[in-house]
Amino acid sequence: MEQYFFHTEQLNVGYDGKALIKDIEIKLNKGEILTLIGPNGAGKSTILKSITRQLKTISGTVYLEEKEMGKMSNKELSKKLSVVLTSRMNPELMTCEDIVSTGRYPYTGALGILSANDKEKVREAMEMVHAWDLKDRDFMAISDGQRQRILLARAICQEPEIIILDEPTSFLDIRHKLELLSILKKMVLEKKVTVIMSLHELDLAQKISDKVMCVHGEYIEKYGTPEQIFDEEYIHSLYGVTSGSYNENFGSLEIEAVKGEPRVFVIAGGGSGIPIYRQLVRAGVPFATGVIHENDIDYQVAKSLATQVVTEKSFSRISNETMQKAREIMMKCEVVLCPITEFGEMNENNWILCMEAKKHGLLSE
Amino acid sequence: MEKKNRVRYTIAFIILAILLLLFIVINIKAGSVDLSAGEILSILFGRNVDNTSASIIWEIRMPRIWAVILLGGALAVSGFLLQTFFGNPIAGPFVLGISSGAKLVVSLVMIFLLGRSIIISSTGMIAAAFVGSMISMGIVLLISRKVKRMAMLVISGVMIGYICSAITDFVVTFADDSNIVNLHNWSLGSFSGMSWENVKVMAIVIVITMAIVFLMSKPISAYQLGEEYARNMGVNIKVFRIMLILLSSILSASVTAFAGPISFVGIAVPHLIKNLLKTAKPILVIPACFLGGAVFCLFCDWIARTLFAPTELSISSVTAIFGAPVVIYIMIHRQQKLQ
Repeated sequence: MEQYFFHTEQLNVGYDGKALIKDIEIKLNKGEILTLIGPNGAGKSTILKSITRQLKTISGTVYLEEKEMGKMSNKELSKKLSVVLTSRMNPELMTCEDIVSTGRYPYTGALGILSANDKEKVREAMEMVHAWDLKDRDFMAISDGQRQRILLARAICQEPEIIILDEPTSFLDIRHKLELLSILKKMVLEKKVTVIMSLHELDLAQKISDKVMCVHGEYIEKYGTPEQIFDEEYIHSLYGVTSGSYNENFGSLEIEAVKGEPRVFVIAGGGSGIPIYRQLVRAGVPFATGVIHENDIDYQVAKSLATQVVTEKSFSRISNETMQKAREIMMKCEVVLCPITEFGEMNENNWILCMEAKKHGLLSE
Repeated sequence: MEKKNRVRYTIAFIILAILLLLFIVINIKAGSVDLSAGEILSILFGRNVDNTSASIIWEIRMPRIWAVILLGGALAVSGFLLQTFFGNPIAGPFVLGISSGAKLVVSLVMIFLLGRSIIISSTGMIAAAFVGSMISMGIVLLISRKVKRMAMLVISGVMIGYICSAITDFVVTFADDSNIVNLHNWSLGSFSGMSWENVKVMAIVIVITMAIVFLMSKPISAYQLGEEYARNMGVNIKVFRIMLILLSSILSASVTAFAGPISFVGIAVPHLIKNLLKTAKPILVIPACFLGGAVFCLFCDWIARTLFAPTELSISSVTAIFGAPVVIYIMIHRQQKLQ
């Protein structure tokens, strides 16, 4: 049998003896990042609580380094596993350094007095999350982003082999989200720490994770690498997306396209179309676009937002048939926009389309 | 910063020690029989032992002072433990009705035994008070499972307190014995009538309990971050919670057994101490609370004895006057922080 650093066998988790999610099989090597995704209330937190022994498992086994986690002593486990939780705490009169210091708990003596070595570890952990300058601040008086970093530092200085985080990026703005995930990535690379976390941001999950687990309904719907998991159709079904769409290549979300006969035609390419598409959708105007190569960046967004997209095969000159198709749609529109600034051999015909629109007085400058 | 903190802690402990000594001296001196400083010194250092003044000092004032120190300290620490347990800054043995539960059981046991002409021992009193504390505590715990809001918990506690006090008043009124006067005073809260025998018993119980509490500073500090983090740090939460309940009940039961229910010390002192130290680290707060509780109660007992001498006020009236404003301050301060 293959050896894993962390794995579960037929794990069932839930509350009050009732299993909510069944047959969870996690298999993780050292230094891998596993992300749990799934809609709100799917049971991501329940799984995380169960594998951190906060919640009794219903049945099945959790193994850490091939040892049954349920049989480890509290102390043994506390040196291997640390957590960052969502539960809001309000400790009185504790500085950030005090909070981080509690991570040294498993290593200090009977009265919990920190040695010089412990203090050094606290400092290292705080520097790793760029929070050393916060050390004397009251934990209650800092921002959510800072608080999350402090809690991560606390988990780091517990010197775990595995860190479990429950939605570490909620409440954070985009800069702090990226910062937090970069720190995690750095830890994984430098210290070979294994990470299990739940995330709401699919784009981030796709980029940072080695493994992704989709929690949906009673069973784990999918478990695998991001490449195996993230396709548009599946993400739509996982979250029950009915308005808007998810782009698997960008990991980005687009709002729902405007339906109806196209009123505007956008001659685009090379990324020049994206801002215009979004403006049109915001204004509630249905539009068509073309001629766009299938490998063009505009294509990714156009297929979600435009009512019609006229495309050409990648790396080919725009053919006359394709151009004819575009021309027909364009002539029915009220306005034509042409945001392209550079024309070359491949999109020469787009320039001709543009000229024709001008001749008919459709082109808006 | 670390150095600055250490200086602050040292100064805080020195202040507490000085205040403790100061109030010990004041309490030796104060009383209905006026004694000069010279007389007191000579009595304390063993000269002219054989007069009434000496017995006032040695048999009345000294045991009372020791009892106030031990019980005041125990009460403040008990409050700190309950606040940690419930994660609620205005939890305490009195507001949660634990003192009143102890009072009720002690009165019932005393009346029952007095009716049969048996005088209850100090240890018996503590045991009865402990049983009463645990009953009230059990009810509070059941309620705390249902209600999470801190205000609701406190209101439930106050109600339990009222019910217990009402029943106590009822049985005291209808009990027929000459000792009822004593019982009545005791049920209002008073440090009067302490003997060396009482002091010996309470010292043994409180010193042992305090030692255990102090050794639990480390898990208490972990618990301040919440149950889940504490569990992750390796604390056995079940055992820890039971220990907290037992220790805080023993401490508050000892107080109620000897001095009756005393209000607000358990809330006011830990709060004042944490603000004096500017930290909530249990390893510092626990000993400081004990000292602070002793100082606060010595001060209040002095007021209770001397303000309308020879009439003695009930100790709870005095502690309430100084303690209740602190509670109001905490509530307002918290509210502002939340907004």
